[in-house]
Amino acid sequence: MKFTLSWLKDHLDTDASLGDILSALTRVGLEVEGVENPAERLSGFRIARVLTAERHPQADKLQVLSVDAGNGPLQVVCGAPNARAGLVGVFGLPGATVPANGMVLRVAAIRGVESNGMMCSTRELELGEDHDGIIELPGDATVGTDFASYAQLDDPVIDVSVTPNRPDCMGVRGIARDLAAAGLGSLKPLDACAVAGEGAGPDVRIDDAEGCRAFYAQGVSGVKNGESPEWLRRRLTAIGQKPISALVDVTNYVMIDLGRPLHVYDRAKLSGALVARAAKDGEEVLALNGRTYHLRAGMTVIADDAAVHDIGGVMGGEYSGVTADTTDVLIECAYFDPDAIARTGQALQLSSDARTRFERGVDPAFLDDGLAIATRMVVELCGGCPSEVTRVGEPPLEPRRYAYDPARAETLGGLAVAPERQRAILTSLGFTVDDDWQVTVPTWRPDIDGSADLVEEVIRIEGIDNVPSVPLARPAGVATPTATPTQKLERRVRRAAAARGLDEAVTWSFVSEDAAAAFGGGAWTLANPISEELKVMRPSLLPGLLSAAERNLKRGAEGVRLFELGRRYLAGGKDGAADERATLGLVLAGNAHTRGWRTGKAAAFDAFDAKAEALALLAAAGAPVDNLQVMGADGVWSGEAWHPGQSGTLRLGPKTVLAAFGMLHPRTLKAFDLAGSVAAVELYLDAIPAKRGASGFMRTPYAPPALQQVRRDFAFVVPEGVSADALTRAVKGADKASIVSARVFDVFTGAGVEPGTKSVALEIVLQPGEKSFTDAELKAISDKVVAAAAKQGATLRG
Amino acid sequence: MISAATSGTAEGMSDIEDMKAHYLVAIDACAGLEALEAVRVEALGKQGRVTALLKTMGKLSPDERLVQGPAIHGLREAVTQALATRKDVLENVALEAKLAAERIDVTLPVDTLPMGSVHPVSQVMDELAEIFADLGFAVATGPEIEDDWHNFGALNIPDTHPARAMQDTFYLERPARAAGEAGTASSDDTGSAGGAAPFVLRTHTSPVQIRTMMQQKPPLRIIAPGRVYRSDWDATHTPMFHQIEGLVIDKGITLGHLKWTLETFLRAFFERDDVVLRLRPSYFPFTEPSAEVDVGFTMEKGKRVIGGDPNGPGGGWMEVLGSGMVHPKVIAACGLDPDEWQGFAFGCGIDRLAMLKYGIDDLRPVFEGDIRWLKHYGFAALDVPTLSAGVGSGGVGTA
Repeated sequence: MKFTLSWLKDHLDTDASLGDILSALTRVGLEVEGVENPAERLSGFRIARVLTAERHPQADKLQVLSVDAGNGPLQVVCGAPNARAGLVGVFGLPGATVPANGMVLRVAAIRGVESNGMMCSTRELELGEDHDGIIELPGDATVGTDFASYAQLDDPVIDVSVTPNRPDCMGVRGIARDLAAAGLGSLKPLDACAVAGEGAGPDVRIDDAEGCRAFYAQGVSGVKNGESPEWLRRRLTAIGQKPISALVDVTNYVMIDLGRPLHVYDRAKLSGALVARAAKDGEEVLALNGRTYHLRAGMTVIADDAAVHDIGGVMGGEYSGVTADTTDVLIECAYFDPDAIARTGQALQLSSDARTRFERGVDPAFLDDGLAIATRMVVELCGGCPSEVTRVGEPPLEPRRYAYDPARAETLGGLAVAPERQRAILTSLGFTVDDDWQVTVPTWRPDIDGSADLVEEVIRIEGIDNVPSVPLARPAGVATPTATPTQKLERRVRRAAAARGLDEAVTWSFVSEDAAAAFGGGAWTLANPISEELKVMRPSLLPGLLSAAERNLKRGAEGVRLFELGRRYLAGGKDGAADERATLGLVLAGNAHTRGWRTGKAAAFDAFDAKAEALALLAAAGAPVDNLQVMGADGVWSGEAWHPGQSGTLRLGPKTVLAAFGMLHPRTLKAFDLAGSVAAVELYLDAIPAKRGASGFMRTPYAPPALQQVRRDFAFVVPEGVSADALTRAVKGADKASIVSARVFDVFTGAGVEPGTKSVALEIVLQPGEKSFTDAELKAISDKVVAAAAKQGATLRG
Repeated sequence: MISAATSGTAEGMSDIEDMKAHYLVAIDACAGLEALEAVRVEALGKQGRVTALLKTMGKLSPDERLVQGPAIHGLREAVTQALATRKDVLENVALEAKLAAERIDVTLPVDTLPMGSVHPVSQVMDELAEIFADLGFAVATGPEIEDDWHNFGALNIPDTHPARAMQDTFYLERPARAAGEAGTASSDDTGSAGGAAPFVLRTHTSPVQIRTMMQQKPPLRIIAPGRVYRSDWDATHTPMFHQIEGLVIDKGITLGHLKWTLETFLRAFFERDDVVLRLRPSYFPFTEPSAEVDVGFTMEKGKRVIGGDPNGPGGGWMEVLGSGMVHPKVIAACGLDPDEWQGFAFGCGIDRLAMLKYGIDDLRPVFEGDIRWLKHYGFAALDVPTLSAGVGSGGVGTA
């Protein structure tokens, strides 16, 4: 919301400085977003008289002027056709900056003739569009005076941000009222004297009482529409509104001055009564912004017998808008339902100054005054005879009253304010405060809805910065942990991953449809995505990381180790809600290690790198990693994304999948424009069981075994299809009392091993109990190991 | 005593001295351990000359023994000692030669373990959790795909509120599978779920206020950090960002407590006592009174730094959060009596806090996953924010 200082002072009687006004505005909640004085941009431009004008010796279209800008004659080269001796215009001195193009004026030779400044056009000073010649001022303008002050442009433009609860401050007068309440002067009385009308008012009617509560109208006949007077054009221009014609400018002026939107119709374009009614599906209207809108049933429109003329409260129609030829007008001052306006505006994606005010709520008690002021201005500027006013419907004027306890300022607002001071504040804002603290809300404050709002009024005027800080009492007792179990888990895993050399990324929660499809497809699609790339809620964390890896590799990174902690978004929550699962995604792309003098050639990441990360991070998360089963990646949501022969899952029992790991399918990589091979891990943090008995800090007693462990090696020949995991499990289970671990330490195929088989060497660790193993016992254990392995198709290698 | 010895032994004595001199010279002349061993065998071996001399001792008369005995023993000891000394010298020479041969170029590069990093947003979330834990605030979470009622309705944001317009909120299409199940779901009279109300990506962390108030009994002190979404993308906005919500519900809580909490939090976060706040009255549908909070900044070495006198040269105010007293309607919507319970809430952008504290000038790379950026602005794994060490950190590789 923009206005100028002089405009504000039309309503506010004040001696306060601009600085005081600006800081008061911010202090009461009208945040100042900017302030600019057009005069500052016009410094260095003075009123000057052309003394003589001669032809330029080198150029037909140029003249050499002698100009007096207050300090005697200066030679100036000028190309304007209207430059002539005696003309009084605006002269830019060397050093001044031309507002329109930012050019700094200098003494320079133009076609060999020295020029000491510039005579300016309206457009060059950004005061209008005219560029046909230089500005011509009245002959009595005082030569040498500052042009900005002569033209009354020394008027700072203030831009404040008005919060949506304050439609009253969408008019200059409302802002003045707040400032007066804040002690910056007094609010001047408003002259709303009506011009006496003659003859019947216009024929208007309401057929849609829900959308349009009241429709007041007044006709003015015999007007002459033209350019608005200088002061009005200057004000509108200053705040960025383009002056159009006196009739249109009046409606804009009243809207900005008083927060009251109006519309003016050319009565010659209307036939029959003007009716506020609900639109019919498929009706169309060409609006004043030049676009045609297709209306839906239920939207409120203003129409006559022939056509829709106005999207009620949002935007007028082109056809019945006023023109230079308009002679008879109808001025509409209506009260539209705020919710209906908001819905219509949203549905049509159409915003306007009128909509902004109506949907926030205009003053329902200001229809008569608003119309009277507008009509008076029309008559003053355009002449004509006003009719009587037609009033149909009734604006909602039920008084809103709340019981208020002035103690609330302190018990809620934290600021002790004397009751009489509170009464004064509320009264200055237009509230009526009875002796028993029944407070009646002014009609222009739709936002006030209970005593908390009244506290806010008191606090913001008294000064929210005056509220003293009061420490929150420390909770009694021993501090309890404040992090959630999931948060603690995520912290451990995050820092474990970073400690293992992985970089944490944060990527978008939404990915493209194709990226989601590569990982089983997303359940949730945005109805209004910002782009196709950010359209589907991710079913996996890998798509975002793969895209990041791809960018990093393209930039020349040799090895990319990225992880992310976040949610994947599935369907199937309670009552149709989403099922959001805490997940860690991890991508290893490029080289695991670079070429080196010790390690030789560079090597890419492989599936075992991914498995190592998965196990390490699961261990950090407190998962029982010794009990995990390795199974295929099929059966997980992202199953299709993995290399079928080089991936797996880590499961706690056959159903609980804690992680998927391995190489990604070449098809997946292609979807992300990745060359080479990429290893990845998905850790399903939500599936990790909470630790049992984690209630105390006490550990079990430490009791190291008395006797040393015994190690034995076995080499088996097994069919190629037998997994290391199956063989290890079998061997480990051969004698559960003695065997504490079994580990593959060599796998070999080739010479000496029959095709279709492989040699697998295991080390088993035996823990003796109270006595050392005898040779016979060791032999028996060995036999059991060999027998157990045999069940997997293994034979002891000779 | 020696002069009293018989002259007959003088020759024998001279032999012993000669032998000693001979061996000491021979031992010193040995260039290697093998030569030394040969000398040892020749002198002290079973057939050695010194050994032979020792064997003669038994045949000597007691008088001869008295004279010759010490001399022979002296010979043996001198030779033994010289052998040992020479052996040490030769062994050291051999070891030095061996070590010299083992010399490597220790200036060759090594492969250190790659240094990972924690994302600044995560680090700052941990910092905030630490600061607020000290003030007794527990961490709460809620869904990001939120229903309309929790995101808007319960927060006193009516259907027609400008924030609901399509350009701000991301709306979600219901999943095909869930749509089939919707028919069997019981309709909810409160309008909190089900029905035709669309799911949205939460536009703020404020729905967690609602969930907390509905699930837990006051008094409450929570923070709720997490991802939030708005359909807005330019130099200073991203469609996904991180917010932290704060909520206190208790008896007798006022705007003064809110002010103290925000001051304490921001000072602890920026680790400066001279952080000053300015509250500006503002509007949020779910708080009343409402205030936007500006924090004072100054210029230090050409960078904006939070803290110091905002009215000084180069100083000013920067908006960092929105706050207010929880609206009575919101408290009532959660089933609490607004006449009994009141409190405050605030919401603050985490990404922005991280950028301000750590001098990150550009928002765009924050969610790009560029490892160069991550390593530059990230934090070492062991930089766990703690109150005792200071919640802030200098970054990867600093103590």
